[in-house]
Amino acid sequence: MAAKFEKLGEGAYQLDVQGYVCPHPQIYTKKALEKLQSGETLQLVFDNPSSGESISAMCQTEGNDIVEQVQDAGKTMRWTIRKH
Amino acid sequence: MSEGVMDTTEGVGAATGRANALRAAAVVGFFLLVTAGTFAVDARYLYFSAYLWFGFIYGMSLQYGRFCMASAIRDLFAVGVPRMAVGIMIAVVLFSLVSAAVTLTGRSTFHPSPLGLYSVVGGAIFGFGMVFTGGCATGSLYKTGEGSVSALLVVLSLSFAQALFVDVGGLLDKLVPAAWTASAAAKGMPPEVSVTHGWYDQFLAGYIWDLKAVIVGDALGFHSPVARAFVGNSLLNAIVPAALLLVVIYAVWYRKGYLRKHKHLPPGLATEFAGWWSMVTASKRTAIAGLVLGVAAGVQMWVVQALQQKFGISNAGELLSAMGHKEGLSLQETVFDPGYFYVTTQEAQGAAWVLHKLGMDVTGNIFFGLENGIPNPLFNPVLWMSFSVIGGSMVMALLNNEFKLKFPTREIATWAITGGILMGLGARIGMGCNIGAFFATVTNGDPSGWLFAAGMTGGGWLGVKFFNWWIERKMAREAPLGF
Repeated sequence: MAAKFEKLGEGAYQLDVQGYVCPHPQIYTKKALEKLQSGETLQLVFDNPSSGESISAMCQTEGNDIVEQVQDAGKTMRWTIRKH
Repeated sequence: MSEGVMDTTEGVGAATGRANALRAAAVVGFFLLVTAGTFAVDARYLYFSAYLWFGFIYGMSLQYGRFCMASAIRDLFAVGVPRMAVGIMIAVVLFSLVSAAVTLTGRSTFHPSPLGLYSVVGGAIFGFGMVFTGGCATGSLYKTGEGSVSALLVVLSLSFAQALFVDVGGLLDKLVPAAWTASAAAKGMPPEVSVTHGWYDQFLAGYIWDLKAVIVGDALGFHSPVARAFVGNSLLNAIVPAALLLVVIYAVWYRKGYLRKHKHLPPGLATEFAGWWSMVTASKRTAIAGLVLGVAAGVQMWVVQALQQKFGISNAGELLSAMGHKEGLSLQETVFDPGYFYVTTQEAQGAAWVLHKLGMDVTGNIFFGLENGIPNPLFNPVLWMSFSVIGGSMVMALLNNEFKLKFPTREIATWAITGGILMGLGARIGMGCNIGAFFATVTNGDPSGWLFAAGMTGGGWLGVKFFNWWIERKMAREAPLGF
């Protein structure tokens, strides 16, 4: 299994790090966001709750907006982050 | 989270919530049943249940605040997030104040560790390993409670690594300095522990035991018990260093982002303090967890000491002996019984008990044979605390619909086992983990914990450097878009 980083459309990307535990999801997210241009969005798919706290704080510190947070019944989280 | 965020929970409906609440109630019911049932058999099991319920509180708090020292160090260096480091400093301040009050009552169970470079070395190995595992010793316990099998692998590898390391000789014996061997031989140890064979025995008897332990309040010569406890131990050894660290964390990792978002504020000390306070209160969950952990850890010392007085004992070994559970007691008829929040040693005991049942003799050493013993896990009060940390975390995770049984991939399992082994080695060399060698020491006037923390931070920094390199290399090969 590998982390999946794909382009969904114009200015929209997806990073899937399901199955990964700390610190993988937050490091992958940081690296993915570094690749994005301002205004582009990253849909982040993960299932490690404690990574969510770190990613949320990281977005706050760096000024990126989490525009949507969805959690499904399988405890998978889908967050959409817009790069500042 | 940003303002205006759309936060939805699809599918985690009322039925799932109710089912999880029932599961949480079942876990609580199980622990209540254990407490009531054992008490009915013998009132002295109350001593075990005290450890159990404090562990339960720790587990709930750790999960609620995602409280993890691996995260504190790793997130600072890896993603620039100070949230957890701040929470830990809050817990340190509060635990130190409660500890000072408990010390004044004469009911502190704390024993300081010797002051020496071993803390830095052990901390560095532990810190390096914990970056790979995803959790510190306590973090791995609470994540096990969330259903993470990789965290369970960390706990197991950490436990067995310790159990084997303290008994291993052979090639490692050749690395023992002659001065350690001579000093260990001169200690007049019982022949059963074969003190001049085995690296760890000679490390303990020939090096650690020759070092001096320091309690800041005593070393500074305060005559007043209040000044000794609150000024020496709490203020000077915990609060001032924690406050200084919070200033450094603010200046390096938080200030820039805060000032960028608050451009309208006039430059000056008031703005800087507002920024610092904003950092301290940024994560309420972490701060609340730090508060509960700090207070509970202090109160636990008081409760365990009160129970020791009630039962007329100074170590749980006496209680086990009187209750007829003599299996696994040390040569001194003692078992590991710190009287406060501790994690790694009891887990090493559990692993050693399993190895013993499988036919391995791991008691011919100081660590198990002379000091800590290897009691049956069912009759090991401190191990009850580890189990209930998992239980408390499970209850909190269920109530928040966050429990999920997750099996690791081969890659994650490899990281967990490798990191867990390093953490086990580091914990034994450092005489404890992030709790026993840091959290419980710096808050009780023992400066050795700061040495462990310095090593843990250095090891964590190196671990993050390695991990970043590894992930970049991996993504360059595997991700179509690269990183």
